[in-house]
Amino acid sequence: MTGLTIAEAGAKLRRKEISATDLSRAALQRIAARQAELNAFITVADEGEVLRAAAAADARLRAGTPAGPLDGIPIAVKDVIATAGLRTTAASRILDRFVPSYDATVTARLRTAGAVIVGKTNCDEFAMGSSNENSSYGPVRSPWDTTRVPGGSSGGSAVAVAADLALGSLGTDTGGSIRLPASYCGVVGMKPTYGRVSRYGVIAYASSLDQVGPFARDVTDCALLLGTLAGHDARDSTSVDLPVPDYTAALGGGAKGLRIAIPREYFVEGMQPEVERAVRSAVDTLTGLGATAAPVSLPHTEYAVSTYYVIATAEASSNLARYDGVRYGVRVGDDANLLEMYRRTRAAGFGPEVKRRIMLGTYALSSGYYDAYYLKAQKVRTLIRQDFTRVFANADVIVTPTAPTTAFRLGEKTDDPLQMYLSDIFTISINLAGLPGIVLPCGFDAAGMPIGLQIVGPPFGEEVVLRTARAFEAATEWHRRRPPEAAS
Amino acid sequence: MSASDFEAVIGLEVHAEMLTQSKIFCGCAATFGAPPNHHTCPVCLGMPGVLPALNRRVVEFAIRAGLATHCTIEPTSRWARKNYFYPDLAKGYQISQYELPICLGGHVDLVVDGTPKRVRLTRIHMEEDTGKNIHDAHGRESLVDFNRSGVPLLEIVSEPDMSSPAEAGAYLRALRALVVYLGICDGNMEEGSFRCDANVSVRTRDAKALGVKAEVKNMNSFRAVEKAIAFEIDRHIRTLEDGGTIVQETRLWDADREETRSMRSKESAHDYRYFPDPDLPPVLVSQALIDEVRRTMPELPDARRARFVEKLKLPEYDAEVLTSRRDLADYFEAVVAAQPNAKAASNWVMGDVLRLVKERKLDEALVITEWPVPAAHLGELIALIDSGAISGKIAKTVFEEMVAGGGAPRAIVEARGLLQVSDEGPILAAIEQVLAAHPDKVADFRAGKDKLLGFFVGQVMKATEGKANPPLVNRLLTAKLRGES
Repeated sequence: MTGLTIAEAGAKLRRKEISATDLSRAALQRIAARQAELNAFITVADEGEVLRAAAAADARLRAGTPAGPLDGIPIAVKDVIATAGLRTTAASRILDRFVPSYDATVTARLRTAGAVIVGKTNCDEFAMGSSNENSSYGPVRSPWDTTRVPGGSSGGSAVAVAADLALGSLGTDTGGSIRLPASYCGVVGMKPTYGRVSRYGVIAYASSLDQVGPFARDVTDCALLLGTLAGHDARDSTSVDLPVPDYTAALGGGAKGLRIAIPREYFVEGMQPEVERAVRSAVDTLTGLGATAAPVSLPHTEYAVSTYYVIATAEASSNLARYDGVRYGVRVGDDANLLEMYRRTRAAGFGPEVKRRIMLGTYALSSGYYDAYYLKAQKVRTLIRQDFTRVFANADVIVTPTAPTTAFRLGEKTDDPLQMYLSDIFTISINLAGLPGIVLPCGFDAAGMPIGLQIVGPPFGEEVVLRTARAFEAATEWHRRRPPEAAS
Repeated sequence: MSASDFEAVIGLEVHAEMLTQSKIFCGCAATFGAPPNHHTCPVCLGMPGVLPALNRRVVEFAIRAGLATHCTIEPTSRWARKNYFYPDLAKGYQISQYELPICLGGHVDLVVDGTPKRVRLTRIHMEEDTGKNIHDAHGRESLVDFNRSGVPLLEIVSEPDMSSPAEAGAYLRALRALVVYLGICDGNMEEGSFRCDANVSVRTRDAKALGVKAEVKNMNSFRAVEKAIAFEIDRHIRTLEDGGTIVQETRLWDADREETRSMRSKESAHDYRYFPDPDLPPVLVSQALIDEVRRTMPELPDARRARFVEKLKLPEYDAEVLTSRRDLADYFEAVVAAQPNAKAASNWVMGDVLRLVKERKLDEALVITEWPVPAAHLGELIALIDSGAISGKIAKTVFEEMVAGGGAPRAIVEARGLLQVSDEGPILAAIEQVLAAHPDKVADFRAGKDKLLGFFVGQVMKATEGKANPPLVNRLLTAKLRGES
């Protein structure tokens, strides 16, 4: 039952062929059955709470007044998103016992839409990582091959959808944290335009880059979830006050007439040949459907990773200052003086990658270095944004690979942070430019690991991105391939 | 070198807590007096994931302050994060303005010892206040109250244009009067809603460059600011005269010992790592908003003073004294509203009323609400004098009774039969009686002793129990003595 898409399950729920209670119970059982192996969840919601929410959905469905297409649908939420009454750790020891008193805006929107939140998914600590190996709660494993990483940082959310633990999930994407795990796990993942979805209640990593987005089994479900999440929020001053279109209405547009741009900088030496082949073949599929494709250049691409690691870490160094042991979370050194308490709390509470980024960011903002690092990075960010503006003057979407390789093995890159950072070379620019991007399956390598296609649109161009993705999906079968031991 | 070879250079940084109803970035009440941590929410407690949403009223207040001090209101200003760790700082950073503040330039004009003085402003910016650490006197516990966390502040930074404690004090008083007039701050120094840090340095009179400065904090009254600055000037001069050097540092004023003490040196100063706050868009101020704020601004002291002189024909000095406090000027205007004689109102307010206000220390209140007599009653009293119903002398007696709680002046006058006698009959009768009783003095007067007129007036007033209309007594008495009737 948990292997259904949201659209399928929704139809069955409304026809009363299944109940939300049965569906949620099945999801909880499935989570419990796969937890030891995959470690996709940090906290599973209390069964009583889940069943109460499901029963309320059933009552609405019985009355013929469902709250919307998500009513009664089990959804998993990344553990950096605040859920009132449900532990929210950001996968960090420092927030190990933190239970928020408030919902993030996206959480509240899910609840209003009738979705049943089944638990909080594992991720890299404070969303910092590309493999989900930086979690204080242990790494998440790929359901396709448990010796491999699911990608990060939203690994648990991708696995929850890939392994049928929930019908959809929420992730966050700061430099590729939705799209990379979607690619590695063979599911659909979307990062909306910066400002499209509220960040209120989303534990900040890098405020000018973070954006919440959905994971789903197909593009239709992705559109349904996005329609629920998107919209202006007075509590997030960076959210944009634009009407939310009916994203599902955009899905049937087909590929005919679409102008696709293929940036040459996204096909680099050393990338896995199967990845390049699959992406080029996907472009052929789209042109076969009536789209046109043209090579373009995004000349500042090579500076994206270094620009990102200055801006993101600078913002993080400030965003993570609030975890000081004073008001909530872990405190170590209660009997020591103030400075010592700060030191011990943060030394014990943060993992090595988080400390590395706090130090990098602190350095980048320091007096005497600010101009050379932070200010320079902001200028390069503008140049990167302008690259995209120029391309979109003559193109509807940009199509690229999501990562140079498919999912690698656990431990393969943990000793080499720079190699790890390069996993994000094709996703990071999209965050720096604030653009919407979707990833969906477009093939498999010889080892049977999924390959993801990235489709990027202009600001607030979610509709054309979804339309292109749906046209490709409708013409291919990749999204139907399931990992071993998928639910029946 | 002697002390007179040095001149002091003083600049002040003032933090004024704004009188908005809610905090700067959340909906919590910004008022004082609640039990600890009652005016808090996830936003002002810096809980994980929460975001700031600007209270637009704060921007309007900042524009008011900027317009009142002749600043340029910037069309675009930016929020910046000031990063440091302290338990009362919920987020580990304070949201402030740094490179692009909302107001630039401007000035405040003062009169110090009769000499006009202009103090230029560097900038005015908006920021959030921090919480408050409370140290338990009994145990080792330190507690934090976040009620103040996120209360909006205006920081008003002057140029180093002052050269004496008196100038600094005058500037501070003028600035306080201004923010109180504007209704954007209650101006309470003791409770910390109007705070001042002073940057003090000295240099030889012929020097071009500024000396090394010390920043002095922790003064909670005007007197403390003046004393702390005087102490610092003296310390700098003595140090330099003894061949020493001044180190750049932050010093704390100790009000009990009346001295400053070093808090931290420049070397150990924080690197605040300011950067633009990515959670908040730039503050955009349109000309329309500036015009709107200007239209709805309360009348400022300068304008009010000018109006008192031009419209009410008051002397400059009266206008200056009356507009020195908004509450005083309001009281005066209420007296004028009750009757038209502005100069008489001014004399009474500046004389008898202010004397009592000072005696009873009523002016220690931020806003005087308990006046010795209601403005309407004082107006009525002046009207009684001007209509000739009572004399100025009787009015003093009536005023004393009003102050003692006697109620409205007309009622007092009627109850005590103090109405002035302006009928010629009873006065003439009294004159006849007085002249008959003093035939020798009448003879002396008629022989040329003009000075005796005063004696006769006094006798007549006495005979009429002070109620006779004095000019009328004068005229009738003179005529009688000269034998004109």
